[in-house]
Amino acid sequence: MRNLDINTDLAIEIISGFIRSETTRAGFSKVLLGVSGGIDSALSCYLAARALGSENVLAVRMPYKTSSQSSYDDAQLVIDATGAQSMTIPITDIADGLINQFPKMSKMRQGNIMARSRMIVLYDRSVDFNGLVIGTGNKTEILLGYSTLYGDSACAFNPIGDLYKTQVRQLSRALGIPDIIVNKAPTADLWAGQTDEDELGFTYTEVDQLLYFLVDERFTPDECIKEGFEHSFVEKVVKRVRQYHFKRIMPPIAKVSNRTIGYDFLYLRDWGT
Amino acid sequence: MNLKLALAQVNTKLGVVESNLDKHLLQIKAAQKEGAQLVVFPELSLTGYGLQDLVPTVAHSADPEDPIFNPLLEASRDIDIVVGFVEEDIRNRFFISSAYLSEGLVSHIHRKVYLPTYGLFDEGRFFAWGDSTRAFNTRFGRMGMLICEDFWHVSPPYLLWLDGADIFIFISASPGRGLSSAPQLSTVHWVESINRAYASIFTSIVIHCNRVGYEDGLHFSGGSTVYDPDGDLLAQAPYDQESLTFCEIDLNQLHRSRSRLPLLRDERTALTQRELNRILNRDGSSSGR
Repeated sequence: MRNLDINTDLAIEIISGFIRSETTRAGFSKVLLGVSGGIDSALSCYLAARALGSENVLAVRMPYKTSSQSSYDDAQLVIDATGAQSMTIPITDIADGLINQFPKMSKMRQGNIMARSRMIVLYDRSVDFNGLVIGTGNKTEILLGYSTLYGDSACAFNPIGDLYKTQVRQLSRALGIPDIIVNKAPTADLWAGQTDEDELGFTYTEVDQLLYFLVDERFTPDECIKEGFEHSFVEKVVKRVRQYHFKRIMPPIAKVSNRTIGYDFLYLRDWGT
Repeated sequence: MNLKLALAQVNTKLGVVESNLDKHLLQIKAAQKEGAQLVVFPELSLTGYGLQDLVPTVAHSADPEDPIFNPLLEASRDIDIVVGFVEEDIRNRFFISSAYLSEGLVSHIHRKVYLPTYGLFDEGRFFAWGDSTRAFNTRFGRMGMLICEDFWHVSPPYLLWLDGADIFIFISASPGRGLSSAPQLSTVHWVESINRAYASIFTSIVIHCNRVGYEDGLHFSGGSTVYDPDGDLLAQAPYDQESLTFCEIDLNQLHRSRSRLPLLRDERTALTQRELNRILNRDGSSSGR
C-alpha cells in the first residue's frame, strides 16, 4: 500500500492559483460548472469559490427526470456552503428530444445524451454569464476513461484532474465539504441505483493504489502483480487506461502539409498572456 | 566587502518580450532605489518558459543595438543585472541564455548547457545546447552563472568553482511537482537541498532565483534563496508570489569559511583530471562500466 495523502494546504494554494491564472489571463473573472451533488463537482466549486470569490462562481444544477432528489439536495448544500451563484436548468426536455426518438436506446446511450445535454447547457450559460466552464473530472476517472467524451469531460480547464479520487476525498474533507457528500457512494446518477464502483467492478480505493503504481511510480503490470494486486484486476485496469486514451488527447489530424496542428505547430494555450 | 543583492522573483507574459522588459525596468528601478548593487532575474525572464514554436520570434542578442537590451544595458550603468532570455547567435541558433550586464556592458553570457528533454520538458527540441561553462570577473568578485538543469549536473558548478567562481548565480524556471503529505513539493525540497549542498561543499555563495506564475497547468514555485559558504540560508523569497527580495551578503564570509574548511585548498584537480581521462578514454561503452 502506498500512502496517497497530500498536503492539502499546498494543494489548495497551487490549485487556487491555477484557477485564478487560467481564468484571468483568458480575459475572464468568472467561472461556472455543473454541480451534481457529488464530491468532484463539490470540490471544484469550493476551490473556484476560494480562488475567485463566490460571487464569481455559477453553480448550475441540471437534473434529468430520473435524477435523484438526494443529488439535488446535496448540490444545494454545496451552493449554500460556498455562496456561489446558482441556477437550475432541467435537461429532461433537451435529452428526451433525442432519447424519445429511439425507444430501444441503451442506458449508456441515454447517459451520454444526458452528459452532453449538460455540456450544451453549460457552454450556453457560459456566454450569458461571461465565464469559463471548469472541469470536475479527477485523475482516476480520466485515466479509466470513465466519462462522456464532449460531455462531462468538456471544460476550459480542470483544477482537480491531477488528483486521484482518494485525494479528492482527502482534500474535500480538508475544505469542510459536508460528510454526506464526501462519504456517499460515487454515482453518475444516470439511472436509479447506479454507482461508479458497481459499474467499474472495483473500488476507487483499490484502483487508486494500482494507478499510482502504474502511472506515478512507473511500475510494469508484472511488478504490480508482484506487489500483490490481482492479475485480472491489473489486466483490466491496464486495458482500460490504454483503450480510453483517445478521450485524453486531441483527435489526430492527417498530416499532409509541412506544418500541421498538433505535430509541428506547437504553442501553449497561454501563448501571449 | 558587502554585496547588496535583489532577487527579482517575477512572473512573465508568455512570448511578450516588450511587456516583460517593462516589468524588468520597474524591478530594476525598485531594486536600485533600495540600494541594491545586483539584481537577478529568473531563467527566460524576458520571454516566459514554455515557448515551443515561439522561440524564433522572441530571440534577441545582448548588444546595445538590440531594442530590448539597449534599455537594460543603459540601466546597468547604475546596478548590475542578470537577465534570462532567448539568444540568437550569428548562425541563427537559439539558446536559453543568461546575461550579466554591468556598467553599460555585457560582462558575460552563459548558454544553458543541459537542456532537459524528458518527462514534461522538451527544451532540446527547440534550443541549441550551449557548450561552455566559464567563470567571469565582476566588481564583486569572480562569479559563475548556470541555468536550471545545468546545476542538476555536478560538473558545471564544479568547473565554475575550479575556474575561480566564488559567487554562483543559478536561475530557474522550475515547474513545481511531486505533491505528497510533505510540507513542500518534492522539487522544491530538492532544489533547496542542492543549492545548500553546493554552497557547503564549494564553500561559496549560492544565489538562486526561480520564477513564479503559471503556464497552462505548470506552476512555478518561486522560493528563491541565497546560501552562504557555510550552507546557511541568508534570504528566501516567498513561494508562489512575485517579490523583490533583498539580501546583504558579507563577501568576507568566504575568507572565514575557507579558513575553517579548506575544501578548495585540498581539491585534487590533477587526480580528477587523471581519472577522468582514464574513464573517458576507456574503449567501448560510455556507461562508465
